[in-house]
Amino acid sequence: MKTWSLGALFWYKFKRNHLAMGGGIVVCTLCISALFAPIIAPYDPGFINVDAVLSPPSWAHPLGTDQLGRDVLSRVIWGGRISLLVGFVAVGITICIGMTLGALAGYYGRAVDSVLMRFVDIMLCFPTFFLILAVIALLEPSIWNIMIVIGLTSWMGVARLVRAEFLSLKQREFVVAARAAGARDLRIIFRHILPNALAPVFVSAILGIGAAILTESALSFLGIGVQPPTPSWGNILTAGKDNIEIAYWLSLYPGLAILLTVLGYNLLGEGLRDALDPRIEP
Amino acid sequence: MVRYLIKRLLMMIPLLWGITMIAFAVIHLTPGEPIGMQAEFNPKVTKEVRERLRAYYNLDKPLYIQYVLWLQKVARLDLGTSFSPDGRPVAAKIFERIPITLLINVLSLLLIVAAAIPLGVHAATRQGSWGEQVSTVFVFIGYATPTFWLALLLMILFGVQLSILPISGMRSLVGYEALSPAGKVFDIGRHLFLPVLVSAFGGLAGLSRYMRSSMLEVIRQDYITTARAKGLSERAVIYRHALRNALLPFITLMGLSVPSLIGGSVIFETIFSIPGVGQLFFYSVMARDYPLIMGMLLIVAVLTLLGNLAADVAYALADPRIRVER
Repeated sequence: MKTWSLGALFWYKFKRNHLAMGGGIVVCTLCISALFAPIIAPYDPGFINVDAVLSPPSWAHPLGTDQLGRDVLSRVIWGGRISLLVGFVAVGITICIGMTLGALAGYYGRAVDSVLMRFVDIMLCFPTFFLILAVIALLEPSIWNIMIVIGLTSWMGVARLVRAEFLSLKQREFVVAARAAGARDLRIIFRHILPNALAPVFVSAILGIGAAILTESALSFLGIGVQPPTPSWGNILTAGKDNIEIAYWLSLYPGLAILLTVLGYNLLGEGLRDALDPRIEP
Repeated sequence: MVRYLIKRLLMMIPLLWGITMIAFAVIHLTPGEPIGMQAEFNPKVTKEVRERLRAYYNLDKPLYIQYVLWLQKVARLDLGTSFSPDGRPVAAKIFERIPITLLINVLSLLLIVAAAIPLGVHAATRQGSWGEQVSTVFVFIGYATPTFWLALLLMILFGVQLSILPISGMRSLVGYEALSPAGKVFDIGRHLFLPVLVSAFGGLAGLSRYMRSSMLEVIRQDYITTARAKGLSERAVIYRHALRNALLPFITLMGLSVPSLIGGSVIFETIFSIPGVGQLFFYSVMARDYPLIMGMLLIVAVLTLLGNLAADVAYALADPRIRVER
């Protein structure tokens, strides 16, 4: 029987999952196009051309132009930057909060655990979208506020996940050994236990990026997210709604970009989950 | 059971207390204030008037006193009056809109159940088939589709290209009053068709996937093998023996999907200009109508908690193995 290193096993399982590979390719492509947006985009996304207002897709403008004659393709490519930025930063905040609180609750148990978990319960009872909407609308709508608010309202799942991992890991021999060797609590938490609890967190981070991008686009669509003239998929769709009777391309393509991106992250995340799950045989 | 119910209802109080405290703090601590918005462009509003307005709305008091004052009113089932010029009670403004939102959400929930159960069962019982793969792909796409985009596409298709369905409002603006009762129902139905479809689509993906995994779990059980072994038809095995048990976790999930359904209302009611609770929330937030925002957050939180409770109770009623301990 062949023996597998963990990495090779992971790669073997992941590679055979075509949907997950597809998702990975979509995500990579999007990252590259966001990074090199200034080079790839055929026009300046803010370039106003009064002679080409709301022109349908053509060779010059593959995805048409908007109400100010700006090239939709270029705006969608630049909008990808915003979406990616929001996704990564919001999830970064989510992970930091969720991991810290989950680790504390799981490691210390007792009072710390019950206080933190009641807090999680309260946060879970919030109609999250309502809360995000209220906070963003009351604050100045800006991309930074969106990232912070999405991050602050979506860490509960990660906290529960990490707590559950800690509850089982803290009983294991290597933790007892570390404690016997005189390691302090913080060292045990961050050096010994946390690295073993990272796999599920990683998966939920990938899935969280998709969710954050969806929330950001909904907020921008409602006019309280990323503000024009900065292009974001959501606010291009607002223009699409305003011109719904004449310009279908303003509604169709930015939404397709959102769909593809979120689909990519979800497929990648699910694939990673299966590949990292030792119970699923290759 | 009654004791359990009372216990659960009492447990809601500290939760609601925590929720309102956080919400109150967050909403009131954000910079800017409602008086400023009303008075900014009005030269007649002097500094004095502004101070008097603030005093009138208690906005000049420390935050914790404002919260206690609000809480005292809520304890007497009074949500206060709206800051908006009409100055009507918050409760009246909300309750007149609840039936519309409720109607749409109930219809879409029915639609979700009617579609998610067969989809999930099909995907679970015909594993590896063509149908299963289609439904898997559909589920992933359903997860990733922004509902407001779907709404836009349907509006373009049915409203603009085919022009067979209206794209905004609850009913026709012209000629609605002249319609017969059946005509009125038909008119509202035509207006609500797209909103219900859109609101159902978002939940459908999640619930059908859940139904599938729940069904997969059940058909591996011994009693299914027993049912097959005693010669029951596949149909009876699936629909009488397996489905009933697979529906149990599904009940819980339906209760838990209340907040996301209500959250979705904000988006589709704004897009389709439907005068429901979601639209009211959007306007109240834009106008910084603090009492209205707080009132709605409270009501939605209560609905969420009741949804959770209803799910647990339904679960206990449906499954004799789970009887709540005293």
